[in-house]
Amino acid sequence: MAVLNEEQQMLRDGALDWVTDRAPVSAFRRTRDAGEVFDTGLWEEIARMGWAGIVVPEDHGGSDFGVTGMGLVLEEMGKQLVASPLFISGLVAATALKEMGSEAQKAEWLPKIADGSAVLTLAVDEGTRHDTAKTAMTAEASGDGYTLSGTKVQVIEGMAADAMLVLARTSGTAGEAEGLTLFLVPADASGVSRTPLKTFDHRGFAKVAFDNVRGGKDAVLGAVGQAHAPLEKVLDVARVGIACEMLGMCQQAFDTTLAYLKTRSQFDTILAQFQALQHRMAELFMELQLARSVVEHAVREIDAGGEGAAEAAVLAKAFVGDVSNKMTRQMIQLHGGIGMTDQYDAGFYIKRSRVLETTFGNSAQACERWARMHDY
Amino acid sequence: MNIQDSQLSAFRAEAREWLERNFPKSLAGRGDAYFDISPRYPEGEDWAAWRKAMGDKGWGTPTWPAEYGGGGLTRQEAAILRDEMEKIGAFTPMIGIAQSMFGPTLLEYGTEAQKQRHIPPVCRGEIVWCQGYSEPGAGSDLASLKTKAEDKGDHYLVNGQKIWTSGSMHAQWCFCLVRTSNDHKHEGISFLLIDMATPGVEVRPITLISGKQTFAEVFFTDVKVPKENLVGGLREGWTIAKRLMQFEREGIGARKMTVGELRPLDVVAKEYVGTDEQGRLDDPDLRARIVRHQMWERAHRLTVERVAEEAKTGPSEATSVLKNAGSIALQTRGELLMEIMGHRGIGWEGEDYTQTERDSARQMLQNKAHSIYGGTYEIQANIISKRILGMRDHQ
Repeated sequence: MAVLNEEQQMLRDGALDWVTDRAPVSAFRRTRDAGEVFDTGLWEEIARMGWAGIVVPEDHGGSDFGVTGMGLVLEEMGKQLVASPLFISGLVAATALKEMGSEAQKAEWLPKIADGSAVLTLAVDEGTRHDTAKTAMTAEASGDGYTLSGTKVQVIEGMAADAMLVLARTSGTAGEAEGLTLFLVPADASGVSRTPLKTFDHRGFAKVAFDNVRGGKDAVLGAVGQAHAPLEKVLDVARVGIACEMLGMCQQAFDTTLAYLKTRSQFDTILAQFQALQHRMAELFMELQLARSVVEHAVREIDAGGEGAAEAAVLAKAFVGDVSNKMTRQMIQLHGGIGMTDQYDAGFYIKRSRVLETTFGNSAQACERWARMHDY
Repeated sequence: MNIQDSQLSAFRAEAREWLERNFPKSLAGRGDAYFDISPRYPEGEDWAAWRKAMGDKGWGTPTWPAEYGGGGLTRQEAAILRDEMEKIGAFTPMIGIAQSMFGPTLLEYGTEAQKQRHIPPVCRGEIVWCQGYSEPGAGSDLASLKTKAEDKGDHYLVNGQKIWTSGSMHAQWCFCLVRTSNDHKHEGISFLLIDMATPGVEVRPITLISGKQTFAEVFFTDVKVPKENLVGGLREGWTIAKRLMQFEREGIGARKMTVGELRPLDVVAKEYVGTDEQGRLDDPDLRARIVRHQMWERAHRLTVERVAEEAKTGPSEATSVLKNAGSIALQTRGELLMEIMGHRGIGWEGEDYTQTERDSARQMLQNKAHSIYGGTYEIQANIISKRILGMRDHQ
């Protein structure tokens, strides 16, 4: 665990206490059983504690604790699989607005993100794999604005969102990084239709169709046709946020499994006494430690904002994605039959891990990017 | 700026100025030249001058007490010194098991007289020490060692055999685990310092699969060792031995390769394997494995840094994984390098292979020792699962 300053320590302890007390994994189970994707009461509590404004600058109503601060909260929430729009609205949309938005857009939306009165999301994916350059959705210039047409999938908290940051093509063809523009579209705009996607982690995803949706010039974030590079930076922040959540999940999956091995007995022997299992746990512990180093490095690099940020984000997404899948797979295996049942929590962890791995580029895609970054 | 900050920046200026005056510029960036598995100091005037300067100043062992010849620096000052050395390609000439393992242990457990006698030469880099731990019948189960030391009144009489004794061909002294009692396995072990020049000590080098001779067997036949050379109490040897092994693992975990092909694997692979029109490696499977390896290597290095950072506030449980994670990094690199070099990666001797290619092939083999010495990969897994994770022994 990184050496934290006093404010970070308080934030981490506060998140740990709240999650343990108010939102343990049993709370997620109740939400799922009720057919909901998140508990609005808990989301209000999260907002009241100011966590939705952690990366929002102080003059827009946030606390400006950076991705290091947000990462600590996401990690604690990851441990207990807390479902909420915190990641997509409080981290990803807030970062996109900060990095790409105009002063007017920031002034309008950042305070609402920070106090939780609005949920914003990012609508970028279209095909079976995350790849922003392959965006086919069009935004045609017409009159004093644009007309958006196309369909987005895998939009995180798309049903709950009040507004969406939508990636569309103002020029060029699918496959080109040039010609992409980011638009801010209110969810209730005419021509927007949303349907929930029922993913196996039971979280909130939506498919969103845009049928000749009108947007003014003031709906554009950043430069027309130039969204690819700045959006990649925003997505790197998102990838690091995902790595933080996955790290929390890994830690919890490991701790839960270790506790189980110390209680379950077969052949009149506690499972923890079998060397085959001791060595497997030692190996998982090693990978967990490496994953933690990688995540702590990534949040630091992102907050420092230097050259190393993109590489650190790629490393975190790929490395922790791999460890998280392995850890949750082993969680099932080492629990045996009970791990296969819906009444036990292990299944929640493997499902969530798989969803997070595919979100904003899977491990293999991150590895591909690493190779290109190093010019091979 | 508070008082502490201003003291530190004054120290930085002092360190920079001293290095400027004393570090021979011809040695810049050559720190890896003399340390493989057994430390041997390169010949030459500049090397000798640099060792003497650092030895006199005590900065080769910067945090050790000045009264025994150390630098007497705080951890922060030592970090600044390291930083300033890195900037100009300087390095400490005092690397070896004496500095990384033996010295720190003796400072904790030695008598005043032992410290006065043995620590200053270590600080000056004058004495090479070797580690008399493993025996033919005591490898992973080290505590089953049999080399015995009998009490003969004014001295101990040592008989037995050690093996895998790194660098013992060049060592002047050996810190040795000996059995002083057969009543108890662990409590019957004592920690003895033996002068390698004593009659009855014989060293026979062992040739390894790499063709190198970095280890040797050491035979003790009626070797007389003065009683003052016992460290700690009789039967306290095992406690001291374990403490020393902690220092050993920390050192091993952070070790990196120093001979053979040292460039990043992707650079080497582009040269040997070739690329397509987009500059991608021609072998996509190899390419993917190089990526995963580089990520592992980076994760390991970040963990080494994290452990150092956390150590300032207390012990870090991540320390326990460094050796195994380091073995994987080192050995995977060696294997990949061989695969990358293809027909040229399996050369042993002769001018058909470059020196770098031959060294890389031998190094791939030599590196297999990394997961054996200092506690095998499996022993490390035992330590993690039992001591850190609290998984008990099979009853």
